[in-house]
Amino acid sequence: MTRNSRKALRIKERIIELLLSLCSSVSVLTTLGIIAVLSIESIFFFQEVSLTQLLFDTEWTPLFLDKHFGIWPLIAGTVLTSAIALALSVPAGLVIAVYVSEFAHERTRAVLKPILELLAGIPTIVYGYFALLVITPALQVIFPTMGSFNALSAGIAMGVMILPMMASLSEDAIYTVPKSLREGAYALGASKLQMIISAVLPGAVGGITAAVILSAARAVGETMIVAIAAGQQPLFHFNPLQPVETMTAYIVQVSLGDTPHGTLEYHTLFAVAMMLFLLTMILNIVSLRIRERYKRMYR
Amino acid sequence: MELVHKQHPLARRPFQQDRKTVRPLLARPASEALFLFLARFIIVSALLVLLLLVGSVVYDGFSRLSLSFLTSFPSRKAENAGILAAWTGSAWLLILTILFALPLGVGAAVYLEEYAKKSRTTRIIELCIANLAGVPSVIYGLLGLQIFVRALSFERSVLSGSLTLALLVLPIIIMASREALRTVPKGYREGALALGATRWQATWTQVLPVALPGIATGCILAFSRAIGETAPLITLGALTYVAQVPDSVFAPFTALPIQAFNWLSRPQPEFHVNAAAAITVLLIFMIALNLIAIVLRSKFQRRQR
Repeated sequence: MTRNSRKALRIKERIIELLLSLCSSVSVLTTLGIIAVLSIESIFFFQEVSLTQLLFDTEWTPLFLDKHFGIWPLIAGTVLTSAIALALSVPAGLVIAVYVSEFAHERTRAVLKPILELLAGIPTIVYGYFALLVITPALQVIFPTMGSFNALSAGIAMGVMILPMMASLSEDAIYTVPKSLREGAYALGASKLQMIISAVLPGAVGGITAAVILSAARAVGETMIVAIAAGQQPLFHFNPLQPVETMTAYIVQVSLGDTPHGTLEYHTLFAVAMMLFLLTMILNIVSLRIRERYKRMYR
Repeated sequence: MELVHKQHPLARRPFQQDRKTVRPLLARPASEALFLFLARFIIVSALLVLLLLVGSVVYDGFSRLSLSFLTSFPSRKAENAGILAAWTGSAWLLILTILFALPLGVGAAVYLEEYAKKSRTTRIIELCIANLAGVPSVIYGLLGLQIFVRALSFERSVLSGSLTLALLVLPIIIMASREALRTVPKGYREGALALGATRWQATWTQVLPVALPGIATGCILAFSRAIGETAPLITLGALTYVAQVPDSVFAPFTALPIQAFNWLSRPQPEFHVNAAAAITVLLIFMIALNLIAIVLRSKFQRRQR
């Protein structure tokens, strides 16, 4: 190889490395972009609405003539639907995880895992359709007073949506519990279920907590199911049979309304999105930290 | 975690053997039987819900599927309305999203796995990727609205939509591709480097071909998520009534899930049937994508052997 061609090769290598590092910087830019966009527009919002108004008013009516900017109705809606979803998906997901990792045959596992993945890949609009046109009519048989939009149906559909993620993450956590812990429990005369309750679940508690938090983040950020089935009325209550509006559903509602750029209504979009972003980011970071700590613990 | 699984296939279920040998001597305790019953009940219910979920949509929408449904624009009369604009919009979005996200995502993964040293910068990049994966999709829509629609004035075009979706699926693609690259044995790289290959030559000729099936599978899953996404496109301001097939990247667009959402939010049940039919077409789209993933995977696996 001549010196020149070697030099050309080296330059080519440098260029490729530079291009690849640029590719990976896109993620950093996206993160910065999100933070910048949300902060700038939120600042405009807070120029007109004070933080005390946001935190101490109990009505959310930015689209009406009599404007109120209390965030609580949206938070209540978000918490209510997410709580219903988690109440369904956390216990069910845990049971599935324990069954798959401790009891099921390799064959059952091989069938079950792809099905869970399939369930996770279904677009959320399908779940929305299901909540509005299947779950709600079915629940109306039990609760005749329930309206066609309500928090319960949306929460249930969301719970089904989150279930695969919860099950699969908890299964991963249970799997990392070292063999010695199980053997120790057996040696002390534990039955299999006693072994699971006294050794495996406490050993996996970090990973399971992380899974629950991640599921919560997913539930808080879920949009289409609640926009379709939970109604879009920001009412401050915790009655699952009544319609609610979540933070995400509010964003969709305003976006559909074609609000002019630069108005206060437009800025509320970003203020709400900022809250949502902060909330999910905190949940994600906490979950990530817990997972990393437990991964190190068993290494 | 995947790695551990691959290294110790036998370490996986240590007590399976015990069950076979010890159990006949000891009766299964009632509590355990109860747990097993509960677990199986939950799993069967989950499967039934899955069937019902997809079944109800397909059942409601199948009768509405026809050639005229696929070749008509939306209309005020439910029976005349169709999804021509929606499915062509979705197809445009899909192709452009792949064009943007695939090179960026795989490039980033290659950089992080093959080039980057452990440093503060790498750590920050990884943290950003992990965080982005958890950001709700509506927020990507707002990012797209401010950056692509307004700042770059691409308007509410196919281009804005697909760039937004590309950013949305980027973390998934990066994580899946890294996972695939990590499964390539070290020997492939070292062998190539020992023969005098540069790092890029080793990556391009040895590592990437081996990792390709894994990358392809992960990417196809990511893209099938992208075409099912509704929320970011709505916040982006994608129109719900479009009576034209997009003819350039700057054309306004609608997409299958948006059209379905629009029909679903109307009170008339005839429009709900249209929504079910549109969702059915969306599901067929996704199944086709997943089939491609399966075929690709099996084909490449055979070639490697």
